[in-house]
Amino acid sequence: MIERKLGAATRDAYGKALLDLGKENPQVLVLDADLSKSTRTEAFGKAFPDRFIDIGIQEMNLVGIASGLASCGKIPFISSFACFLMCKGYEQLRVGVAFSELGVKVVTSHGGISVGEDGASQQSVEDFALALTLPKFTVMVPSDEFSAKALIKKSATHPGPVYIRTGRSKAPIIYNADTKFEIGKGIKLRDGKDVTLIGTGLMVFEALEAADILKQKGIEASVIDIHTLKPLDRELLLAEARKTKAFVVAEEHLVFGGLGSAVSQLVSQNFPIPVEFVGIEDTYAESGKPEELLEKYGLTSKHIAQAAEKAISHKSK
Amino acid sequence: MTNQAQISNPTDKKVNFEALEKTALTIRRDVIKMLGIAGSGHPGGSLSSTDILTVLYFQILNHDPKNPASPDRDRVIFSKGHGCPALYSALAESGYFDRKMLLTLRQLGSPLQGHPDRRRLPGIDASTGSLGQGLSVAIGCALAARLDKKSYKTYTIISDGELNEGQIWEAAAFASFRKLDNMVTILDYNKYQLSGATKDILDMEPVVDKWKAFGFKTREIDGHSLREIYDAFVWANGVKGAPAIIIAHTVKGKGVSFMENDNNFHGVANTKDETARALRELGENEAEIQRIVGMIQ
Repeated sequence: MIERKLGAATRDAYGKALLDLGKENPQVLVLDADLSKSTRTEAFGKAFPDRFIDIGIQEMNLVGIASGLASCGKIPFISSFACFLMCKGYEQLRVGVAFSELGVKVVTSHGGISVGEDGASQQSVEDFALALTLPKFTVMVPSDEFSAKALIKKSATHPGPVYIRTGRSKAPIIYNADTKFEIGKGIKLRDGKDVTLIGTGLMVFEALEAADILKQKGIEASVIDIHTLKPLDRELLLAEARKTKAFVVAEEHLVFGGLGSAVSQLVSQNFPIPVEFVGIEDTYAESGKPEELLEKYGLTSKHIAQAAEKAISHKSK
Repeated sequence: MTNQAQISNPTDKKVNFEALEKTALTIRRDVIKMLGIAGSGHPGGSLSSTDILTVLYFQILNHDPKNPASPDRDRVIFSKGHGCPALYSALAESGYFDRKMLLTLRQLGSPLQGHPDRRRLPGIDASTGSLGQGLSVAIGCALAARLDKKSYKTYTIISDGELNEGQIWEAAAFASFRKLDNMVTILDYNKYQLSGATKDILDMEPVVDKWKAFGFKTREIDGHSLREIYDAFVWANGVKGAPAIIIAHTVKGKGVSFMENDNNFHGVANTKDETARALRELGENEAEIQRIVGMIQ
């Protein structure tokens, strides 16, 4: 049985990763759009004031400036809430970063509905879809403080543009400071033969709990952390598809256009199997405590376990 | 650094304006030839930018066409990307690439894309074509220069239609607040946008007052007087403590009588017949006109 022990929020890990990067790499700059207290870029700003720019509440300008800085050899990390940066800055990311193939590192906070009480306008449920449709972008969603810190640090020297979503709420601990992470390589946390539970972000821990629930029913589930949504770890996912022949994909995102869509595309093209989706249906959420929202909108271990049984029932006999 | 095509040193008071006039004429002929052969594109806004680009590339810019990625080069952000035929001609004339390539504009596989693409063509510092973004990119370049204690300048050419975009004013507020005096903005104020006259679509007047209110130092000029353009660049490069903008009053389609102020030539290329007429007006020799017209289907 996995124990739910809360660690730091992934946004806090971002703040720590930036402090390390500031010391290690003089080309690293941080730009924020007046949300540095929330995105956790504030500490970098205090430690490295010459390399921190608060642009003001200007997401379009934020992205454009980062494009110019990157074209001059800088490594700009730019941050705001996921919904503001990705939605307001999207066209600037399209032309100035993706199309221009410039190494801007976009790290957002307040991903998903676990933002909580601030309500739906602050909760990003579409950023995976937006990031995944930017050619050349690497897209990552860390699940706990350790994966967040490690992947964000690696992103600084990873070629090309990067999108990383972090969350506001404390995240259950899955890894430790010694765990090794590789961009583009998923992590198998459990090995089972009946179904594969694929999660990203907060849903990875829920998937681990779901595996415990399923075990009590005699179902052996694999659990995979897909922290890199693009490029997908095709090798790992297709090996699992061939083995368990049933997938559940869980993400704190609309069921459209995110990890579920990407995984379905992969298996439908290479090894068609039933895939079930745990995500937010065609709606926005609302104010509430994070755990209340995750329960109401169907993003808990219980929902993943139910989806797993459904996926298994769809397997061809 | 050296500028292969540089006519005289920027600090030299004796600028050879006659030579610059010839270069501007070459660029205008190139624009007509490129667009005529391409069969699509934006003649009006290319011709309105021509004299600004001429002075910038052949008198002001510190660049080395043989070393287009030099970290110390001045940057040029051509934010009104649709006018790129004039920019491509200026780049070719400067020696960034073979002039023969100009006639491949907009063809499959050509580095001369319909709008500038920094990945494909040396000398393009920013991919543009979505209006309103260039000034922000320029700020990034200017901030990088400041951080690295480099003395290069960043020049941005924007259009008046582009002033409709909110991002321009985000950038204006920021550049002024941060006192970015190492960037120079040139407004190609040709008074038209795609659908019609700017005064009828979304009039941005009083334009000069707006830039002043945003904290810019401003200078209004005739954007087709090479002397005024040159003097304005010298002035702008000397402005301290604030960003400078040169508001260049221009004529859309400048240099070709039947294109001037005819907004039908905003985004429609000159036909075979119009190409011949325009080139004759621009004093091109008849053999060359026939060669070009022969390439138009």
